[in-house]
Amino acid sequence: MNRRLIWLAVILFVCSVAYMSVGARGPLSFVLPFRGAKLAALILVAVSVSTSTVVFQTVTQNKILTPSIMGFDALYVLILTGAVYSFGGMVVFGFSDQFVFAVSASSMTLAALILFSTMLQSAKADLLRLVLTGVVLGGLFRALTDFMQRIIDPNEFAVIQGASYARFSVLETDLLMIAAATCIISMILLWRMRFALDVIVLGREAAVNLGVNVKRTQLLVLMLMSVLVAVSTALVGPIAFLGLLVVSVARLVTPVEQHGVLLVSASLISAITLIGGQTILERVFRLSTPLSVVIDLLGGALFLILLLRGYRR
Amino acid sequence: MISIRNVSYQIGSTMILSDISLEIPKGKVTALIGPNGAGKSTLLSLIARLERLQSGTVRVGNLLVGECSNRELAQHLSILPQTLDQAPRLSVRELVSFGRYPYHQGRPQAEDNRAVDHALTVFGLADLAQRPLDALSGGQRQRVQIAMNFAQDTEYMLLDEPLNNLDIAGARSLMALLCDVSERHSKTIVIVLHDINYASRYADHIVAMQNGTIMAEGTPSEIVNADLLRDVFQTNAEIMHVDGVPIVLV
Repeated sequence: MNRRLIWLAVILFVCSVAYMSVGARGPLSFVLPFRGAKLAALILVAVSVSTSTVVFQTVTQNKILTPSIMGFDALYVLILTGAVYSFGGMVVFGFSDQFVFAVSASSMTLAALILFSTMLQSAKADLLRLVLTGVVLGGLFRALTDFMQRIIDPNEFAVIQGASYARFSVLETDLLMIAAATCIISMILLWRMRFALDVIVLGREAAVNLGVNVKRTQLLVLMLMSVLVAVSTALVGPIAFLGLLVVSVARLVTPVEQHGVLLVSASLISAITLIGGQTILERVFRLSTPLSVVIDLLGGALFLILLLRGYRR
Repeated sequence: MISIRNVSYQIGSTMILSDISLEIPKGKVTALIGPNGAGKSTLLSLIARLERLQSGTVRVGNLLVGECSNRELAQHLSILPQTLDQAPRLSVRELVSFGRYPYHQGRPQAEDNRAVDHALTVFGLADLAQRPLDALSGGQRQRVQIAMNFAQDTEYMLLDEPLNNLDIAGARSLMALLCDVSERHSKTIVIVLHDINYASRYADHIVAMQNGTIMAEGTPSEIVNADLLRDVFQTNAEIMHVDGVPIVLV
C-alpha cells in the first residue's frame, strides 16, 4: 500500500513541475511566486475537498455521498446573491476579497453548526434525516437564489453567474494564508481522529461497544468538514463532484478501510486531478473551459453509475 | 455482577421495559429468553449503553453505566449487537484487532497483538486470519465478531442472538465454547437466545421475559417447565428431562 502512495506522490510531483514550468515565459522571479501561489491554492482546495468527502462518507456510512449534497454550494451562491440583492453589485464587489471570504466562509460554517448541532443533539441522532434536511435546505437555497436573481440587474446577474462556478485559473491567492491556516488546523484535528473514524466504519453499535463517543465524534467531524468545505468553496467557488470522483478512485487505488491510508491517497489523487487537469486544460490545450465543468461531468457520470449499481457500502 | 434497578424504557408511548430489577450472577452464563418483543435486546442495549437509560440504574461490577466514560465501560463490558455493519474489505485479523481499540486507541502494542492471536486461536480462526470478511459464510462472520468481543478481554460479555446464521453443529460448538470461556476466564456472559433448549442445556441461569417484565428467573431445572411455556410463550409443549436437563419437545 505504501508503494502505491509513493507512486501517487511521484505523479503529483511531476504534475506540479509541469504546472509550474509548461509555457512559462518572462522572468522566473515573477513566474515562480505567481504560479507557486496558485499551485498552493490548488493543493489546499484538493486536500480540503478530498478530506471532507472521506470523513463525510464515513460518518454518514454511505459511499456515494458528498458534502455538496448538504447544500453548501447552494448556500454560497445564496449568500453572494443575497448580498448583491440587498446592497447592490457595486457595493458587494467593492468590498475587499478578505471581507467577502470571511463573511461567506463564516456564514457557511455557522449554518452547518446550527444544522448539525440541533439535529444531532436530539435524543435519536438520525444521520439520514440530517442529510435529507441538507438536501431540502439546498433546494430552498437554490429557489431563493433563483428568485433574487430574477429581480436583480442583468449585469449584476452575469457577475454572480460567473462567481457561481468553481474557477481554478483565477484563484484568490490573497486569501491563501488565512484559508490555509484554517484548513490545516481542521485537517490536523481530523487526522488525529483517524483511528476513531476507522472504528465508526464498523457501525454505530460496534463503535459504542469499542468505547468511541459516536455522537461527539460525528458532530466534531461534521463541524471540521464544514469548515473545509466552506473555505474551499469561498476560495474557488462551488465544486459538486470532485470529492466523489477522487474518493471513489482512491478506494480503487488503495482498497483499505484505514483512514490513515485513505485520507492520504484521496488527497494525492485529488491534487493530481486538479493540478494535472488544470495544466492540461490551461497550458496544453489553452482551453478556457473551467476545469470544474469537466470534473462535474465526470463526477456526475460516476455518481449515476454508482447509484445504478446500488453501491452504498 | 450486573445489577439492574428499576429500569423502565419507552419509545413514544409504547412501554418496552417496565420497572425491571435484576441481578445477573458473576462468572456464569445467563440466558435471556422470551417471545419476540419481550424487551430482551433493549435490556442488553441499555446495559451496554447502546441506548440511553431513561430511568433506573445499571451497575456493571463497580461501574455505574451512564456515569462512567465510554472507554472505561468498553474495557469492562463488550456487546455483540444483533445486526452488524461489517466493513467487507477488512480481513479477519483486522476486525478481531479492533477488539483492542479500547486499550490502544489505534496504536497497538505487542500485548495487543498477543491478545488478538489468542482470540483467533480460541475461536479456531487462525487459518482464516488473512481472509477478507466478504469471503466468509454468515456463521464464520458471526464467529469472527465474537472473537473480536473476546479480544476486547472484558469481564462481562453480552451477546444478542449469537446463534443466528449458525447450523446445529456451529450453534452447539459456539455454546460449548462460550461456556468454556466463561469457566476458564471467569467471564460473565449474558446471551439472548430464542431456542429454550440451548438455554436449558448450556446456561447456568435463565431469565424469562415477557412484555417488558421479568416473568421468572433461576436455574434451567427450576424454571423451564410447562407453566413457563404457557405463561411466557403462550404455547403448550411437552417437556422431558435428559440427564436432569429439561428439554422442550416441539
